Amino acid sequence: MTRQRTAALVGNPNAGKSALFNALTGARQKIANYPGVTVERKAGRLILPSGEPLELIDLPGSYSFDAASPDEEVTRKVVHGEFPGEVLPEVLVIVLDAANLEQHLVFAQEVIALGRPTVVALNMIDLAERDGLTLDPAALSQALGVPVIPTVAVRRKGLAELAEAIARAEVTAGEGGADAQPRQHMTLPERRLAARHMAKAAVLSESARHRLHTGLDKVLLHPWLGVPILFVLLFVMFQAVFAWATPFADGLEAGVGAISEWVVATFPGGFLRDLVTEGVLAGVGSVVVFLPQIVILFAFILVMEASGYMARAAYIMDRLMARVGLSGKSFIPLLSSFACAIPGIMATRSIADPKDRLTTILVAPLMTCSARLPVYALIIAAVIPNTTVGPGVGLQGLVLFALYVAGIFGAMVVALVLRRTVAQGSASGFIMELPRYQMPRLRDLGIGLWQRAWVFLRRAGTIIFMATIVLWVLLTFPKAEPGESQIDASIAGRLATGVHAVVEPIGFNREMALALVPAMAAREVAVSSLATTYAVASDDEEETAMALEEEVAARWSLPTALAFLAWFVFAPQCLSTIAVARRETNGWKWPMFMVGYLFALAYVFAGATYWIAVAAGL
Amino acid sequence: MTLDQLDHGQRATVVSVDWASLAPEDGKRLRAMGLDEGASVAVAHRGMFGGADPLAVTVGRMTVALRRAHAAAMEVERA
Repeated sequence: MTRQRTAALVGNPNAGKSALFNALTGARQKIANYPGVTVERKAGRLILPSGEPLELIDLPGSYSFDAASPDEEVTRKVVHGEFPGEVLPEVLVIVLDAANLEQHLVFAQEVIALGRPTVVALNMIDLAERDGLTLDPAALSQALGVPVIPTVAVRRKGLAELAEAIARAEVTAGEGGADAQPRQHMTLPERRLAARHMAKAAVLSESARHRLHTGLDKVLLHPWLGVPILFVLLFVMFQAVFAWATPFADGLEAGVGAISEWVVATFPGGFLRDLVTEGVLAGVGSVVVFLPQIVILFAFILVMEASGYMARAAYIMDRLMARVGLSGKSFIPLLSSFACAIPGIMATRSIADPKDRLTTILVAPLMTCSARLPVYALIIAAVIPNTTVGPGVGLQGLVLFALYVAGIFGAMVVALVLRRTVAQGSASGFIMELPRYQMPRLRDLGIGLWQRAWVFLRRAGTIIFMATIVLWVLLTFPKAEPGESQIDASIAGRLATGVHAVVEPIGFNREMALALVPAMAAREVAVSSLATTYAVASDDEEETAMALEEEVAARWSLPTALAFLAWFVFAPQCLSTIAVARRETNGWKWPMFMVGYLFALAYVFAGATYWIAVAAGL
Repeated sequence: MTLDQLDHGQRATVVSVDWASLAPEDGKRLRAMGLDEGASVAVAHRGMFGGADPLAVTVGRMTVALRRAHAAAMEVERA
C-alpha cells in the first residue's frame, strides 16, 4: 500500500524555516493557497536518502498553538490534522534558532507533546557560534526525547542528516507510531521553565562576544537617524528600478523588435501575421520589457525581508502609522503592495485587529504596485526630459518617486478618514519580534525572484495575451472604408467613444479611453493596448517601426500625459485585487466600496492635474 | 516602576502584568513571546521622534518591539 508521504516544517517565526525549506526542496516547490483561506501553502519535494520523494510542507511561523492570527490558526489545524483537504503530516520537523533556544523551545515542547514522529532541526547553528555559543545537540536531544540535527540551511550543512532523520521518523509513522499517545500537558509557565533549563543544559559555553546586530540597530533604529535612513533606502530603491533596468529593458525591446521583423520577413502578409506582429508582439512584448524593473523592485523587497530589516522598517514606521490609526504591522503589507497588492492584501492576515486589517486592505491598492510601473515608465520616458537635477538624481526618477509618494500620501489620508468613519475602533497594538540581522543568501533570493518573475510572465502570457488579442480583433474589425481611419471604424473605436465622453473633461484622449477598459483586467494592459492601438492606427508600414514611447511623445500633450499618470495613482484597475479583497473581507460590500472611492479619487485627481497643468501653460 | 520608565540598557525582572489593561490578543502575543511575569528584560531602543514610542525590549536573546502602552502595563524591578 502506498502512503501519502508528507512532513511539515513547524517553528517560531524567524527560525530560518523558509531558508531550510528552500535548501531541502530547491526549485521543486509549489506555492498555492490553502483552500478556503488565503494563507500561502508552500510545499516542495524532498528527496530522501533512499531516493524516494516526500512532500515537505512549510507551515506559517507560530509562537504557540494558542492561535492569535489566521496564519497561526492554519499551522495549528494542519499539525492536528484538522485542516480540510490537507492530510495529517506524518513527520513534524521542528525548526529551532540555535541562538534563541530559550524562546523557541517553548513552542517546540508544545509540538513534541503531541506525541507524533518528530525531528528537530537545530538551525542557524553558525549564527549561534558567531554569537559565541557552543551547543550540545546530544544533550538537547536527550532532554527533548527526539532526534536533534544541527543544520545551517543557508550553507546546506546538515541537510543529508536531516533528510535521513526524517526518513527514519517516517518509518516509525508507517509502523503505527502515529497512534502514540499525546504526552502529558504542561502549562505555558511550566514549558517556559523547562525551556530555560534545557537551553542552559544545551549551551556548553557562552562567550560575551560583540554582536553585529546590536551595533547595526544602534544606527538603523536611532531615534533621529532611523527615519532618514529608511527613506534614503526607499529612494535608492526607486532610482535603481529606473536606472539599472534600462540596459536590460533596451535589450528585451530590441529582441522583441527583431522577432517582429523576422516574422514580417518570413511569413506572407495577412490576418495571422498581423495578429502576431500588431497584436501579440506589440502587446505582450511591450509588457515583458518591464520584467527587469519588476525583478529589481522585488530584489530590494526580498533583501529587506531576508536581512531582517523589514521588521525594523515596521518598527520605525509604527509611530507614523499610529497617527493615521494603523500600526507598524500594516507597513509590511503596504510595502509588499508596492510589488503587488495581492500578496500585500494577503499579508494583512498577520494583523490581528480586524479594523486595522480592513483599513489596510482598503488602502493597499493605493500603494504603487509593479503593474503600474510599465504605465508610469512609458509615460515618464515619453514626456519627462531625461535631465539631472542633482548629483545622481535624474528628473525622471524624481517624477517616479513623486508618483509613489502620491500613492503613499493618498493611502495615509484615506486610512485616516476610514479610521474615523467606516472602520472606527480603538487604537491598535503593535507587538513584533525584531529578528537578528542576516546576510541574505543568493540562492534564496534567486528562488524568490524566479517565483515572482514567473507570476509576472504568466500574467503576461495569459491575461495580457488574451486581452491584447481581443483588443486587436476589436480594433481591426470591421475594416475601415477608404478615407476613414481604422480606429474610428472599429468596434473598439465605437466603444471608446462612449468612455471618452466620460473622461474627456479630465483631458483624456480617445486612445487613453480605449486603453482604460482592458486595463481593468490588469493595469499593465494599458501599455499593451496603447501599443496595439498605435500599431493598428499607423497605416503606413514605416511608421509602425516607431517606438511606442515616441508615439506617445508625439501625440499626447503634457497635461494629458500628467492626468493619465494621476489617474493611475488612484484608479482601481486590477480584477485580481478586487477578487482578493472580496475573499479577504468575506463579501462584496468592501470591495465595492473600495472600487467606488478609488474611481472617485482617480477622476478628481486626474482632472485637477489636467486643469492645473493647462492653467500653468505646460 | 513600569517597563516604559526603565533606563536604557538597565536589566529588570517583570514582577506583574496588568493583563486587564491590554487587548486580549495583545496579551496573548506578549505571553507567547515570553513577556510575562518573571521575564528578564531590558530596553534596547526607544522610539522615534522623541515620543519614546514604540520600544524595543530584549527578552532572553530576542528583541521585541512593543508600544509604550504595553510597556506601561508591566511592573518591573531592577535586577
